[in-house]
Amino acid sequence: MVKQQYTAFDQVKAARSNNRPTGKDYIDHLCTGFLEFHGDRQAGDDKAIVAGVAYLGDRPVTVVAIEKGHGTKERTMRNFGAPNPEGYRKALRLMKQAEKFNRPVLCFVDTSGAYCGIEAEERGQGQAIAENLKEMMTLNVPILSILIGEGGSGGALALAVADRVWMLEHAIYSVISPEGCASILWKDASKAPEAAQNLRITAEDALAFGVIEEIISEQDLGKASFYDGLREKIQQELNDLCAMEKDHLKQARYLRFRQIGTKGMEEG
Amino acid sequence: MPLIQFLNRPKNELEAGGRKSAPIQADENEPVKSCPSCRKSIPLSQLWGNYHCCPFCGHHFRMNSRQRISFIADSDSFQEMFPDIQAQDALQFPGYQNKIELTKKVSGEQEAVICGTAKIEGQTCGLFVMEPYFMMGSMGTAVGEKIVRLFELATEQRLPVLGFTVSGGARMQEGILSLMQMAKTSGAVKRHSDAGLFYLSVFTDPTTGGVTASFATESDIVLAEPGATVGFAGARVIEQTTRKKLPQGFQTAEFLMEHGFVDKIVPRNQQRQTIAALLKMHEGGAGHGEAAIHSI
Ligand SMILES: [Zn+2]
Repeated sequence: MVKQQYTAFDQVKAARSNNRPTGKDYIDHLCTGFLEFHGDRQAGDDKAIVAGVAYLGDRPVTVVAIEKGHGTKERTMRNFGAPNPEGYRKALRLMKQAEKFNRPVLCFVDTSGAYCGIEAEERGQGQAIAENLKEMMTLNVPILSILIGEGGSGGALALAVADRVWMLEHAIYSVISPEGCASILWKDASKAPEAAQNLRITAEDALAFGVIEEIISEQDLGKASFYDGLREKIQQELNDLCAMEKDHLKQARYLRFRQIGTKGMEEG
Repeated sequence: MPLIQFLNRPKNELEAGGRKSAPIQADENEPVKSCPSCRKSIPLSQLWGNYHCCPFCGHHFRMNSRQRISFIADSDSFQEMFPDIQAQDALQFPGYQNKIELTKKVSGEQEAVICGTAKIEGQTCGLFVMEPYFMMGSMGTAVGEKIVRLFELATEQRLPVLGFTVSGGARMQEGILSLMQMAKTSGAVKRHSDAGLFYLSVFTDPTTGGVTASFATESDIVLAEPGATVGFAGARVIEQTTRKKLPQGFQTAEFLMEHGFVDKIVPRNQQRQTIAALLKMHEGGAGHGEAAIHSI
């Protein structure tokens, strides 16, 4: 059998497909005893981010997932997985809670980007993302982030400053949407496929650039065997990360990001 | 003299507003620039002698990084660092290499941020100034690396950092690598902060996108220039996404201050004295409040 060849833009379509499992599907299938917690304790509760505590095997974890929802009604309620500042602040609040009670953090990332709205700006979208980037870098517990669909720019990165970042086989990770890139560079959004190709947004690209550690096969995606395999993989990784000495863990996290993109630069 | 007056006292003729109030009488042949705010014609010498601000209405014109360094730092105190770190075309993005070469020629700079150490009224600090004329201060791997090296150096040498931001956002020609610079710079800022050191940022026009969502807003104190555009998402994108009319003054420095994201708006002719006063007050970093009292 010949392996099907995907273009970069096919990957974009696959990553955006409504048929993919969403964040909450992963929580429900991988974890037990999930208790969802709401609110950022400041302004509100963002339904685009589902978060709380659960067990992964017998290990307590804090889970944070960007949720796109299934079906028109839920998707609208979830703002199509485009978080507002309250979502990022809720996520950070729960990560700090995880730090206090010494349990690892597991993030599922799937967003076209942080929401581009008037109120989002008024409530400091940029500041909320920046705060997460800064605080996650020195969080005193392990963080594992899995990009399960779209990894849209800063809105995705705000939940992916982690010790390990994995991507589903057909997930994408990009600084800008291919449409946005095409319309800025070539004033023509219909050149998105070309932009997708040039932006190097596939899981394989991310792996080659040292941006992620692992690509998760989508064979059996959504089936019990898929979740069983993934759960085992996560458990193993968390066992390893939790065994690391804390300062060493944080230093490694810093250096993980520190070296990205430095190839070819002179040594200082 | 009360402390605040002492701290804010003019240090020279410029700061006392002397040159600003000089009569405006131009040589007839002198080139002029039209003010986009009040529409008056400004002789270039008047503009340059007034911090690139309109002498009639105070409009802040964009200025390049070298001009900014020359008016903010003590003369001859700026020592540039990491000037050779340059953009990598790791994605082999179509047209990027040419664009970089052209931009270098036009701007005279090697990248979109200038870093180094400087003295401001005698106080040493790490200084970064982003360059609007280099791809609108967009952040790629070189900008990220230079910012990180500056913060690492400042952490090692226990220096405060002063930064002027101007950026159209992440540099898309460097794809995912430019996105990662947001995390990387944030990490370096956090370590500097955890070492108890002081970081002061100044938003200048425009500060947007990935820079707003990383090191620009991660400072201890956020200042902004009057009228600067500051935001995360682009105004046009927001309009298209929401199909709503944007409110008056949306994403200006004043708008951000109103919503609680800017500490203080400081016009250019007061920046040097304000920054010097803040550096003085935070001398030595966290836990050195007592030392700051004695040193005045
Ligand atoms: Zn004017």
